[in-house]
Amino acid sequence: MSNNEGLNGDVLLDVNNVSLSFGGVKALEDVSFDVREKEIRAIIGPNGAGKSSMLNVINGFYHPQEGEITYKGNTRKQMRPHDAAAQGIARTFQNIALFKGMTTLDNIMTGRNLKMHANLFLAALHIGPARREETEHRAYVEHVIDFLEIQAIRKTVVGKLPYGLQKRVELGRALAAEPDLLLLDEPMAGMNSEEKEDMCRFILDVNDEFGTTIVLIEHDMGVVMDISDRVVVLDYGRKIADGSPDAVRTNKEVVDAYLGVAHD
Amino acid sequence: MLYREAGQFKTSYGADQAMFPIVQDRWFLAGLIAIAYLVVPFVASEYWLQAVLIPFLVFSMAAIGLNLLLGYAGQLSLGTGAFMAVGAYSTYKLATAFPDLNIIVVFLLAGVITAGVGLIFGTPSLRIKGFYLAVATLAAQFFLSWMFNKVPWFYNYNPSGTITMPPRTVFGVMVTGPAATAEARYIIALLLVTLLALAAKNIVRSHIGRSWMAIRDMDIAAEIIGFRPMQTKLTAFAVSSFYCGVAGAMTLALYLGSVETEAFDINVSFQVLFMVIIGGLGSMLGSFLGAAFIILVPVFLTNAPQLFGISMATDLQKHLEIMIFGSLIVYFLIVEPHGFARLWQIAKEKLRVWPFPY
Amino acid sequence: MEILHAFFVAPFVDMWEFPVFLVEVVIAGLLTGVMYSLVALGFVLIFKASGVFNFSQGVMVLFAALTLVGLIEHGVPIWLALILTMLVMIALAFAVERVVLRPMVNQEPIIMFMATIGITFFLEGLGETLWGSNVKRLDIGIPSESFEFHGVLLNQFDLYAAGIGAALVAGLAIFFHKTPVGRALRAVADDHQAAMSVGIPLKTIWIIVWSVAGIVAMVAGIMWGAKSGVQFSLSLIALKALPVLILGGFTSVPGAIIGGLIIGVGEKVAEIYWGPLVGGAIENWFAYVLALVFLLFRPQGLFGERIIERV
Repeated sequence: MSNNEGLNGDVLLDVNNVSLSFGGVKALEDVSFDVREKEIRAIIGPNGAGKSSMLNVINGFYHPQEGEITYKGNTRKQMRPHDAAAQGIARTFQNIALFKGMTTLDNIMTGRNLKMHANLFLAALHIGPARREETEHRAYVEHVIDFLEIQAIRKTVVGKLPYGLQKRVELGRALAAEPDLLLLDEPMAGMNSEEKEDMCRFILDVNDEFGTTIVLIEHDMGVVMDISDRVVVLDYGRKIADGSPDAVRTNKEVVDAYLGVAHD
Repeated sequence: MLYREAGQFKTSYGADQAMFPIVQDRWFLAGLIAIAYLVVPFVASEYWLQAVLIPFLVFSMAAIGLNLLLGYAGQLSLGTGAFMAVGAYSTYKLATAFPDLNIIVVFLLAGVITAGVGLIFGTPSLRIKGFYLAVATLAAQFFLSWMFNKVPWFYNYNPSGTITMPPRTVFGVMVTGPAATAEARYIIALLLVTLLALAAKNIVRSHIGRSWMAIRDMDIAAEIIGFRPMQTKLTAFAVSSFYCGVAGAMTLALYLGSVETEAFDINVSFQVLFMVIIGGLGSMLGSFLGAAFIILVPVFLTNAPQLFGISMATDLQKHLEIMIFGSLIVYFLIVEPHGFARLWQIAKEKLRVWPFPY
Repeated sequence: MEILHAFFVAPFVDMWEFPVFLVEVVIAGLLTGVMYSLVALGFVLIFKASGVFNFSQGVMVLFAALTLVGLIEHGVPIWLALILTMLVMIALAFAVERVVLRPMVNQEPIIMFMATIGITFFLEGLGETLWGSNVKRLDIGIPSESFEFHGVLLNQFDLYAAGIGAALVAGLAIFFHKTPVGRALRAVADDHQAAMSVGIPLKTIWIIVWSVAGIVAMVAGIMWGAKSGVQFSLSLIALKALPVLILGGFTSVPGAIIGGLIIGVGEKVAEIYWGPLVGGAIENWFAYVLALVFLLFRPQGLFGERIIERV
């Protein structure tokens, strides 16, 4: 459990009656839930349930046909991804969306993008404000690199890194943006148990040290039960349960749809 | 042994971010620049200056321009020739309309005008990618070529349709026009190239460069983490066109002296594209290496047969040239898509551990 | 005011007052369009099957025509020359697959596109070396007299070209949609790895496709060559095919046809009616600008598939 159980603050994100379809396919149907500040919220459910689509809606990448999102008190039907980013939402992707041609350092530096106000001419001359800004942001990025223990691969081109490390770099890039809301899409996918432990530790630390609110999609039930404060369960685009991990684990619908029963 | 980083520790982020962190690299480059400025003008023959060095500088500039757009920002353009033409014709109009304007200022203004044109023809990139964008740039190529040919205002109503650079001086030395010596033109070209290449390198390792590479590598993810695709792509087009425009200005003023529209046709666009591919996409060094290669191969083919005592008909030479280019492109794309620049990097890495194998 | 009139009113008045001439211009445009379509067809085939945009299609048209002419000039009877040329094109397909495609299986599309540009230049140089670079006459016995039809002047050759083009297209359409090989081709176009994993022999498919494209190139080469002589501007046609593909969508056979016709007619009409106002040679850029305008409003072309990006 995260350390913030029971102490969660106001609602940071409120999803209301969101419906999303692609052509004839209904990805999400009338889904509503909220996320409180500083909590770790898990979204679980079988494949195709609409979990990634939900993140994409929060993020502004998909625009729902119905429903609205209230974030930090502002209600909106849809927003553009870079507006979401500007408002403090950062995310990682199921299939790793790193910039494969750049080094780890450069990738994480791109996370600082919105805080940099580069001026073309000053950058061309590499003097004054441009130079100082570059160095300042480098300092913060190094902080993130230390936090994630990836110093050794700083200058390696990301395309050459093993899967587990790439996932960590992607987390670093999201963290570099100093987000208020961090969306993690299957951060543990494809990892062995050691790597998973490390990743869990990082997620908990992020929540603890930086106070970042986290929404994560995850299939590993052990992880979900361990680290999340509350859980939302989706099935075929609809919400079928919402509550604490224990409550959800024993919910009959959830068990039927997804968890299955332990056979003694 | 000779070339290694051991013992070179950086004590600040600034030092680590320096352009050439390895000391040996810095000395090498300094030496090269010194030779270029101080030795070459006195030692090189007229032929070498006119047929090799000056065009090398001109095309390096153009290759840098295209590399910024294609290698770093990932936007394919087949309109390089047309943008060079814009630079050349702008230079002509500015120089003839404002005879007192300093020639370096004229070059830079020509670049700015080309950047503006580049912005216009780059707007389709906001909606289209890849080959589709290439077609849009072809529209620019053919339309602009046609325009400079048909609208007499551009060549000051001159009946022959060619434009000739009027003579201009810098610090009292004649640098353009028939009286300018090859050495003088070479120095001005070298000056432009060193300064603008430096600026390009700075831009590329700055945040702007990162935004270009992000859009190139994965534009959807880039947008999701907050990059603005429109601004990024348009900036790439503008800056790239600036460089191509200056290259065009240099072609007119420092290389050929006078120019008709055919000098900037689709073949030039392909030539510069080859330079960038063979030299190395996404590499400043690659732009130079590619330009050098494309310029030297014809020179070699013209002169080599005599060295071996065989004579070859000129059109056979031309055909062979084209065949060699074609096969080299295929070869490089198969073996080393990152071109000469990558081969150079690999060589340097081997050198770092020399005399050990690894 | 006068300029506005000259641009926006006079040409239409012209068209209205001399409808027969307009019809002739449109027909001439349609027939040029058929030629463009034939070339574009080669592109679509290869793109559909291998996802590679084969810039060298244009030069293949030229190469095929050159080979044919070269053989005929050496006294080979026409029917034999046709067969030999076809074999040459198939051999070329083998060579390209072996030397270029196979080592580049996993590269990104833009790299493969540039590789085909390399092939283009290589073949151009090779063709010029083997057969020389003067313009050649190609005559394979298709009648070319003009005649009148309801007051409109038509040309027999152009009609034959249109007919052959139509037959070729129909044949290809059947091939793609009714035969197992065609189905395999479509599978490969969709996803190389998936196709391989169900046992479709990628290599063989590519050879088939490039051979078919080569034959299409040969037909196009014959048509163009017989009409305007075999010369190097033929390879510039590859560039003209690009706007056709934009209009029609890169993966659609009917799209290539219709796109070609639209470009052909558009170009001709623009040149005849608006050309004189601006000094002529509109044909140089009209197709591209039209494609550009199209791209801004409908990036996938008339018939292409909409791309849905998933993250």
